[in-house]
Amino acid sequence: MTQLALVIDLNVCVGCHACVTNCKEWNTSGPAGPLVDLNPYGKNPTGTFFNRVQTYEVGEFPNTETVHFPKSCLHCEEPPCVPVCPTGASYKRKEDGIVLVDYDKCIGCKYCSWACPYGAREFDEHQRVMKKCTLCVDRIYDTTLTDEERRPACVRACPTSARLFGDIHDPESEVSRAIRENGGYQLMPEWGTQPANHYLPRRKTQIRLREDELERADNPLKIDRQLPKPAQAEPALDDVTSW
Amino acid sequence: MTQHSVQEVKKTTCYMCACRCGIRVHLKDGEVRYIDGNPNHPLNKGVICAKGSSGIMKQYSPARLTRPLRRKSTAERGAGEFEPISWDEAFAILEERLGKIRATDPKKFALFTGRDQMQALTGLFARQFGTPNYAAHGGFCSVNMAAGLIYTIGGSFWEFGGPDLDRAKLFVMIGTAEDHHSNPLKIAISQFKRNGGRFVSINPVRTGYSAIADEWVPIRPGTDGAFLLAVIHEIIEKGLYDRDFLVRYTNAGQLVNCDEEDDEFGMFLRTEVPEEEACYDPQDKLWWDRKTNRPVVTHSEGADPCLLGEFEINGTKVKPAFQLLVERVKDYTPEWAEGVTGIPAATIRRLAYEMGVTARDQKIELPIAWTDAWGKEHETVTGNPVAFHAMRGLAAHSNGFQTIRALGILMSILGTIDRPGGFRHKVPFPRPIPPCARTPNHPNAVQPNKPLDGMALGWPADPDDLFVDEAGNPVRIDKGFSWEYPLSVHGLMHNVITNAWRGDPYRIDTLMIFMANMAWNSTMNAVEVRKMLNDKDENGEYKIPFIVVADAFQSEMTAFADLILPDTTYLERHDVMSLLDRPISEFDGPVDAVRIPVLPPLGECKPFQEVLIELASRLKLPAFVTKEGKRKYRDYPDFIVNYETEPGSGIGFLAGWRGKGGEKHLRGEPNPNQWEMYAKNDCVFHYELPKSYQYMRNWNQGYLEWSQRNRITRYAEPILIHIYSEVLMRFRQAARGKGFSRKPPAHLAKRVETFFDPLPFYYDPLEAQVTDRHKYPLAAVTQRPMAMYHSWDSQNAWLRQIHAHNVLYVNTHTARINGIEDGDWIWVESQWGKVKCIAKHSEAVEPGTVWTWNAIGKAAGAWNLAPDANESQLGFLLNHLISEELPSCERGSDRRVSNSDPITGQAAWYDVRVRIYKADEKVGAGETARTEPQFAPLKPYPGQPERKSIWNYFAGKNQ
Repeated sequence: MTQLALVIDLNVCVGCHACVTNCKEWNTSGPAGPLVDLNPYGKNPTGTFFNRVQTYEVGEFPNTETVHFPKSCLHCEEPPCVPVCPTGASYKRKEDGIVLVDYDKCIGCKYCSWACPYGAREFDEHQRVMKKCTLCVDRIYDTTLTDEERRPACVRACPTSARLFGDIHDPESEVSRAIRENGGYQLMPEWGTQPANHYLPRRKTQIRLREDELERADNPLKIDRQLPKPAQAEPALDDVTSW
Repeated sequence: MTQHSVQEVKKTTCYMCACRCGIRVHLKDGEVRYIDGNPNHPLNKGVICAKGSSGIMKQYSPARLTRPLRRKSTAERGAGEFEPISWDEAFAILEERLGKIRATDPKKFALFTGRDQMQALTGLFARQFGTPNYAAHGGFCSVNMAAGLIYTIGGSFWEFGGPDLDRAKLFVMIGTAEDHHSNPLKIAISQFKRNGGRFVSINPVRTGYSAIADEWVPIRPGTDGAFLLAVIHEIIEKGLYDRDFLVRYTNAGQLVNCDEEDDEFGMFLRTEVPEEEACYDPQDKLWWDRKTNRPVVTHSEGADPCLLGEFEINGTKVKPAFQLLVERVKDYTPEWAEGVTGIPAATIRRLAYEMGVTARDQKIELPIAWTDAWGKEHETVTGNPVAFHAMRGLAAHSNGFQTIRALGILMSILGTIDRPGGFRHKVPFPRPIPPCARTPNHPNAVQPNKPLDGMALGWPADPDDLFVDEAGNPVRIDKGFSWEYPLSVHGLMHNVITNAWRGDPYRIDTLMIFMANMAWNSTMNAVEVRKMLNDKDENGEYKIPFIVVADAFQSEMTAFADLILPDTTYLERHDVMSLLDRPISEFDGPVDAVRIPVLPPLGECKPFQEVLIELASRLKLPAFVTKEGKRKYRDYPDFIVNYETEPGSGIGFLAGWRGKGGEKHLRGEPNPNQWEMYAKNDCVFHYELPKSYQYMRNWNQGYLEWSQRNRITRYAEPILIHIYSEVLMRFRQAARGKGFSRKPPAHLAKRVETFFDPLPFYYDPLEAQVTDRHKYPLAAVTQRPMAMYHSWDSQNAWLRQIHAHNVLYVNTHTARINGIEDGDWIWVESQWGKVKCIAKHSEAVEPGTVWTWNAIGKAAGAWNLAPDANESQLGFLLNHLISEELPSCERGSDRRVSNSDPITGQAAWYDVRVRIYKADEKVGAGETARTEPQFAPLKPYPGQPERKSIWNYFAGKNQ
C-alpha cells in the first residue's frame, strides 16, 4: 500500500522559506483556496499557510546549532485528527495515505486541530473551515503536467533540495533510501501517530589531520629558504689564514 | 482537480531580488496564478525562493504608485501631499529643468540609482547628459568586495566569479549573511554538503547558510583581516603554499625596489623588453633566478625565481614581493589574532592547516589540455579544492579593502584562482588589473551641452587617473575618485545628500533617485538626512532645490520628492541583464538574459528605462538622436536591439542572436528579431566556452585571445595576480611627494600614505579609532533574512507574515550582565544616536556583537502599511545609530570625511559601536510600548491601490 510523504533534510535546510510561500501561492488559487490573509497590510498580519518554518537555537554559545525546521501536515499513518472529526470531513486516503479535509463537510469545530499533536492544521478564519497540506494532490496526479512538475510545490521550489517526496512504503524509493541511510526519524513517535513525513538529521563532516601529514618532503620552503651561494670573489677565512 | 483553467504560461526573469532567476508566470484570466522556477534556466535550474514565490503580492501591492505625482505647491517637502499630473506634464517639467542645467552646468544634475543592474543605460544617460554625478548603490553595498578582489585577482565574487562547489572539498565562508548570491549558492552549498564536502562558516552570527555549516567560528565584526593575515602567516610558516602557482601566475617572484632613498622605492624593477603592440601591463619585471643567481626577465625560459631573500642590482637593494609578504605577516601570529578576533589561536592554526593540507593533498587533475600566455602547453588543469565565499561582512568596514586584499592573497597562495574546486571567474572577468575604463581626470571634462568626456565611473590605476581639479579637489558631488577615496569605483551614494545639502564641494539643482530609499534604510544617519532633504536656505529655498524619485512603490523616500515617476514591476517591462553591466554568467561561459512583460503596466506606470529614453530624446543627447537631431529610438526595446557602443561595433546590450538573422553571438550587427529569439529560448542566452578556455583564464592564451577577439577585453596579455599591489604603491609614492604624478593636498597626504599599503595590513576600523570603547563596548551589525533579501518587498503581504518586525539579538550572557531579560525593551545607543527596541536573547551570536534584520523597520504609513503596522511600531532601523561622516583625524581640523573605507569609499555600516541598557518603560493604561524614534505617519497618495483588511487571493477572481 502506498504512503506518500515528505522527507525533509535538516542537514541542508537553510530556512529560506521558499517552501512556505510557494505552497501558499500554489494553493491559494487551487482547490483548497483561497487561503485567507487577515490584516495583510496592518497590525499583526496573519494568514493561512500549509507549511511553516520554525527556527530554534540549540546549545549554548559557542556550541550553538541554529536549526531551521519546516513543518506541515505529517500525513500520519494513524492520524489522530481523523477519528475525532464529527462529520467525516477529515479523512485518510487508502490509495496513497494522504490525509485530506473535505471542505464541504467541515463545520469548523476544530476538534482535529486539538487532536493533532503537531499543530499542523490551519483554520481558515474567513471560510470557517479547517485546512492543511494536501501534498499538492491537485498537482501530483495531474496528467497534463510533466513528471518534473507532478511534485508538491514546496518540493519543486526548494533551492537546497531539502525536501524529498515519494512512497515511504516502497523500500526502493528515494525517500525510503534516504530515511534508511541517513538516520531519518519521525516526530514524536511516542504518540503512536506514525507520521509519514520524516526528517533527516544534521550530519557533520570533519577533517582529521595527523601531525606527520602537515609537512611533506617536497615542502617548498626547502627551495625558498635556500640561501644563494656567496660569490667566488667574496672574502673568506680561507684566504687569510695560513697555518 | 487539474488546473485546466490556467490559460497561459509566460517566461521571463525574476526581479524580486538581484539574483535574476528564470521564472515561468502562469496566468489565469489575466491574473497571476503561479510563479515557478524555469527548469531550463542555467541560474536557478527550476528552483525559486520565498521572494520569487511571493511575486504575486508584489504585483498587487497597495504600495504601488500608479500615476505621476507632483508635490502640492502648498505642501512642504516631506509632508507627502501630492497631486496627480500627466506624463506629458512630468516630461515637460523635466525637459525644461534638465535642459537648462545641461546648457549651463551639467554637474548640477545628479542621478543616483539603487538598482545597479541597468547601469549600462543609466550610466549612458548620465554620461550623455554630461554630468559626472552618477553612481549606483555599490558604494554603500559591497564595493570593497568588488574592488579588493578585482585589484588583486582581476575578478570578484557573485556575478563575476565564485566558489566552485561542484569540485571543492573544503568551503570557507566568511562574512556572508544569507544573501549574495541567493538561489545558486543555496543549490551549490546543499550539493556540496551531500557530496561530503566540509563547510566552515566564519561569522559573528549563526543563521542562514552558517546554520548548516559543519563548523561555526564566531568572530568579532571588523576583525576578519586579522584572521586572514594569521592564516596566511601559518600557511607560509608551514610551507603549505602552492609555490608553482605563485611563481608562474602571480607577481610573488617579482623584484621590488627596497631602497628607501630611491624615487622608485616600493616599485617593481623594470627592464627594457621588446615593446608589444597595445600592451597594458608589459612583462618587463624581473625575477632573481635561483639557478643562475642573477636577475632575469620574468617567465624567462628555464628560470626559477627566488621567492625569499634580499638581493642587489646595480647597488639597489631589491626583494621579491613574496619576501615582503612574509615580512608583513611575520607578527600576525595566531596568538596575536586571537586577541583581535576572539577566535582561539589553536582554531586559527587548525583552520589554516585544513586549508593548506586540503589544497596540497587533494589535488584535482582534469584531462584538459590548454596553453598558457607564455606559450607553454599543459596537459591538464590542476585544482586545489579549497573554495571561499565572502561578502558584506568583510566589505562594509572601513578596513574592508585591505581585508579583502588579504582574502585574495590567501586564495592565491593556496593556488585556487580560476581552478577547479577553487574560485572560478565568470565572463567578462578576468579583466586587467585594474580594468581599463577611466573617469575623466580634469573638471574640463564637464562642459555645457556636451557629454562627459569619459566614464562617470572607472578604475584608477594611478593618481593621474583621479577626477580632481588642479588643487586636488573633487569634481564629483560624492567626492568619488578624489584623494579622500581614490579607488571609489562605485561612487559614494551614501554621501550625496549630505554633500549637496552642505554645498560641499558645491550645490546641485536636481537630484534624481531611482529605486533607492535614501530617506530610510539606504541612508546612514537617517534622522538627520531626512532633515537635510527638506532643509531650506536663508532665502527660503530648499537646499537641494528639486528632487525626482522614480520607483514602483511609495516609500519613505518618495515622501521627499517634488516629482514622483511611477515605475513598473518586473512583470510589466522589458529589461536586459547585459554583459555591458552585471550579467548572470556561469563559470563555463557568458550568460545574459531578458525580461519580457507578462502583464500590462498598472495604471499609468512607465518603466524607468522608457523614461530615460524619452528624456534623452527630448534633451537631444547625442547617442539618442540622429545627426539631424531627430529621435533615434522608438522605445526601450528598439533601443536595446539597435544601440551599438560605437556605430558598427557590433557590440550591444544583448550578446545572443546578433546579426541580421540571429546567426551571430557576442558581436554582430543588430537583429530586428532579437527579442523574439530570446523569448523563444527561455529569455536567456548561454554561450558555453570550449573546456580548454574554462580555467586558468588570467593566463590562458586561448581564452584571452577569445576574449579579445570578442571585444570583451581590450588586451590579451596575462593577468598576473597582484600579491604586491604596485597600483596602491603609486598612490603612496605620490603621498610621499615622490614620482611625477599628481600629489594629494597636504591634509590628505598622511591618510593616503597610511592606507595605500601595497601589502594588506590590519587596522582598527576608523570609527573604533574615534570611539570610547569602554563606553560603547559592542559592535552592532545587520543582515537580511533570506525571505527579504533586498528590501524592496518587505511590505509584501506574505513575506511580512514571516518578518513583521525586527528585534535586537543579544548574546544571552551579555544581556544578563546588562540586566536585560529576553523580550525587554532596551535603548541601543551609539555616539551618534539612539533607538528603542525589543531585545532577544541568543546563543547564536558572539558576546561582543548585537545584530538585527535590516530594512524591516519602517516609518509609520510608509509602503502603504497601516500606521499601526508592526514594522513601524515594533520594528526599528539601526541606521539611526550610524553616522555618514566621521571627524577627520587631523588635529584641530573641523574637516569631516565619509564614514567609509579610505581607499574605496565603501560605506562602513558595520563599524558602529553601541551600548545597550534597559528602557525605563512606563506605559499608561491602554497604551502599548513602541520603538523610538517615530515619525509622523505617511498617508497614501492619489492613485494608490486600496489597502485590504482581508484578502482572499484567488487568481482570476480578484477583479
